[in-house]
Amino acid sequence: MNLKTRSLPDRLNSSRSQVFKNWETLLFAVAVSIFVVNSFASPYFLDAWGLSDATFNFTEKAMIAFAMALLIITGEIDLSVASIIALASTAMGAGLQLGLGTPELVFIGLVVGLLCGAFNAVLVTVLGLPSIVVTIGTMSLFRGISYIVLGDQAYRGYPPDFAFFGQGYVFWVFSFELVLFAVLALIYGILLHKTNFGRSIYAIGNNPTGALFSGIRVQRVKFILFLLTGLMSGVAAICLTSRLGSTRPSIGAGMELEVITMVVLGGVNILGGSGTILGVVLAAFVMGLVTFGFGLLNVPGIVMSIFIGLLLIGVIALPRLWKIFLNKG
Amino acid sequence: MIKRFLIARETLLLGVILVLIALVASRFPGFVAAGNLVNVFNDTAPLIILALGQMVVIVTRCIDLSVAGNLALTGMAVAMLNSVAPGLPIPIILTISIVLGAGMGLMNGLLVWKLEIPPIVVTLGTMTIFRGVIFLISDGKWVNAHEMSASFTGFPRAEIMGLPVMSWIAIGVSLLFLLLITRTSLGRAFFAVGGNPHAAVYTGINVGKTQCAAFVISGALAGLVGYLWVARYAVAYVDIAGGFELEVVAACVIGGISIAGGLGSVGGAVLGALFLGVVKNALPVVHISPFWQLAISGAAIVIAVTFNARSNRSSGRVILKPVRPNS
Repeated sequence: MNLKTRSLPDRLNSSRSQVFKNWETLLFAVAVSIFVVNSFASPYFLDAWGLSDATFNFTEKAMIAFAMALLIITGEIDLSVASIIALASTAMGAGLQLGLGTPELVFIGLVVGLLCGAFNAVLVTVLGLPSIVVTIGTMSLFRGISYIVLGDQAYRGYPPDFAFFGQGYVFWVFSFELVLFAVLALIYGILLHKTNFGRSIYAIGNNPTGALFSGIRVQRVKFILFLLTGLMSGVAAICLTSRLGSTRPSIGAGMELEVITMVVLGGVNILGGSGTILGVVLAAFVMGLVTFGFGLLNVPGIVMSIFIGLLLIGVIALPRLWKIFLNKG
Repeated sequence: MIKRFLIARETLLLGVILVLIALVASRFPGFVAAGNLVNVFNDTAPLIILALGQMVVIVTRCIDLSVAGNLALTGMAVAMLNSVAPGLPIPIILTISIVLGAGMGLMNGLLVWKLEIPPIVVTLGTMTIFRGVIFLISDGKWVNAHEMSASFTGFPRAEIMGLPVMSWIAIGVSLLFLLLITRTSLGRAFFAVGGNPHAAVYTGINVGKTQCAAFVISGALAGLVGYLWVARYAVAYVDIAGGFELEVVAACVIGGISIAGGLGSVGGAVLGALFLGVVKNALPVVHISPFWQLAISGAAIVIAVTFNARSNRSSGRVILKPVRPNS
């Protein structure tokens, strides 16, 4: 995509980078201030059940965003995640028509997600194709298959116990999705920051050739990450289908954009090489709170999408503008 | 040698399209009637125009996912303008739509050039912003046929020598691009930037500026198509041409334009668009549900990019140390 040159700083923690040294601190401050502003803007904001409902705005997207963050850190991208949701959900719907029960439906959702991820992975790592084109292609292909199967129809009538994944609560206001989100955040945080596998992800993103020469199996790591992204899309498909209680081929349309925005907002470098899971978690909260707050103020969804678009560009543009400003001043 | 190979690739694609038409015609002879072929071409005209614009963007190692949003926003803007001021002559409407589109392209281009934000991020963002702005200016309402003037909707449908104006514009834009690519220094610069940005800097080409120029061209064409689209279908609303950006990228990839930059041709983009257009128009003829369209173009992208990978150039030896290309 862009030029692959990367200039590494001579020394870290220079006084200039101090300002934006900690992206996570900044995000945390933003999240807190949005929270405060919202609680003043609307009397309905500070309500445990309301806030619990608001978490549904981001939990499914964030599950995918964790895996996507790892993928983007290695310098790849997957634009097909929302289409994988559509295909996995359609497959579950088809299973439902055969009279399968909840465990089988969950199994189908996960397997279809994995298979879609494996399809992307083979094209990118085995055939060596650029991930952006491959996943633009599979984005049409996967959702296209859903359209072939469903057309203008929908699958309905999921079993009552299936509803637990999207509508159930584990403890008081903590929904199943929120708990799953927290558990996955922990798992991905450990995977990225505390394991050899995580180190190799950063190594690949900073210098794929260098990583290869230091004994990292670059293609295998990328293969696993595409599989993980597919699997997470499958998990998100289960939650979303369960929450909506029906499957249409347009399910989750445009979600890939929000997932990528979440990852980039979380401070992950879109060109690869840096980023943290904590950043993604905070970005998820920021986006969720903003969407919820706007919703309470009766702002239409499409206007929120302008905001998300501006957020995506602004998050990357502002530090760069700041840098230009400092260099001139 | 490379040129010979490129020719071979385009002839291959042309062959595939002809075989496809022949197959459909063997069952349904009406498909190859002159009138129907004109329809198919006219139907594909917007895709051809946009694919050409996308081509120069992709050749410079960028991607423009905002074309459909740009198209819809310009279309809505001129449609609303027309419903307010029905007397406005068509040349002025055409100019407005091209300038509006180019302005949006410039926005993408400047973000890529001056702030060095990756093109995919910029255009993913502007894609949603443009759609949102349509909602803001139109308040979510539709502009319907009865609110548009007869000359506004009539222009792209008017026939000159049996071919609608829309088709003539597609042909005109293709010829202009042929000149741009083969006869101007800007055309060479696009390929130089995409082929080897570092070398391009040493030959005195401003990489960022060239990429910005590509975005402006793509935006201007999206604006032009915005007017043509809205006028032809005589309706404007928030979601027109939803997801069309993927079809445009698909046409380019099928036409053999390498996403890694530096490779591509006008003929490839046009044939790639025609391939998708023929498939789209053949589906209902052979009684396949139009719901197949999406999956087929997706499969076509995957197959085409796999084919293209076979022709990946081996990268040359690095002799000069890389410089920051935008300085």
